[in-house]
Amino acid sequence: MSERARLGLFLGAATGMAVLLAWGMAGLPAFGAFHGAYALLIDHVVVAQRHATDAVTAVNFDYRGLDTLGEEFILFTSVVGLAVLLREQRSERERPPARAGEEHRFQGASCALRTLTLLLVGPLVVLALYVDSHGALTPGGGFQGGVLGAAALLLVFLGGGYLTMRRLSPHRLVELAEAGGAAGYGLIGVGGIVFAGAFLKNFLGYGTAGELISAGTIPLLSMAVAAEVSGAFVLLWSEFLDQALIVRRG
Amino acid sequence: MSALAYGTAGWLFLVGLYGIVTSRNLIHMVICLTVVQSSTYVLLLSIGYRSGAAAPVFADIPPGSRAVDPIVQALTLTDVVVEATVVALMLALAVQAHKRFGTLDPNELTPLRG
Repeated sequence: MSERARLGLFLGAATGMAVLLAWGMAGLPAFGAFHGAYALLIDHVVVAQRHATDAVTAVNFDYRGLDTLGEEFILFTSVVGLAVLLREQRSERERPPARAGEEHRFQGASCALRTLTLLLVGPLVVLALYVDSHGALTPGGGFQGGVLGAAALLLVFLGGGYLTMRRLSPHRLVELAEAGGAAGYGLIGVGGIVFAGAFLKNFLGYGTAGELISAGTIPLLSMAVAAEVSGAFVLLWSEFLDQALIVRRG
Repeated sequence: MSALAYGTAGWLFLVGLYGIVTSRNLIHMVICLTVVQSSTYVLLLSIGYRSGAAAPVFADIPPGSRAVDPIVQALTLTDVVVEATVVALMLALAVQAHKRFGTLDPNELTPLRG
């Protein structure tokens, strides 16, 4: 199909789509006038029922915990798929560093960038752990904290070099974090069957709302997700950086 | 105000699609897909907004205070995670396409040979 014909087809279809979207959106409640029954209910009962002060995390890891299980496995499966897609091909070989001390340094990293990124690694790890563990209290949770934790390793790459990053995150450990996090979520769910009679049902004491150890299984599920997300993203970055820095067509 | 909030979602959706259709580079195409997906975040969060309401975090406001919908926010979080995974897979496909065909222009990609 020629480019003009394709564009013409798209413009026709897009106009129809725009009309349908406008028609559909005209039937939505006015912006700011939302009255969803479930949302109002959860806003009222979440603290009394689950002793969690962040309603979003409570929805994620408790009321809709099963959905999050699915979401977590989407991430798991896609990273496995990525590793399969980017595996070593027959026509390729890994290029070892020319000298033992050679690092695949990030091109163009100045001394200032290197210093700044390495200074930020520690605080970023602390922030990640804080966001992971306080998901039930304040905005945060395993997904957000997990990505922050993985970002710390990306900073190591920017400031230090690729091999430093790989040394800090051995492949086996990263895979263990990813798989262990995914399995942990499922096992806590099974714990719900064993101790409370339903999958993913809370089987721990709820504690005092607002304290670090409270809200039952929510923080545990959050930590499992954090391990999985960190592992998944580090694996993802390692795979792409491998492609850029290590693999050469032989 | 409704027109602005919902219109932004519709605009992001269509402009992202336009980018995909006219794209000359697979990486650019993947980024256009993220623009399309971000329209769903805007739509979800706009639907859940209540005027004059706080975030649904009851750490420093009494439980039951007027707050926005926590469910659409949780859905948006799911959406972001799914987007990240889709982008990762598409970029991996782009890497392989570049290796095989030596180009990132979708128009230059020849049909697969068996």
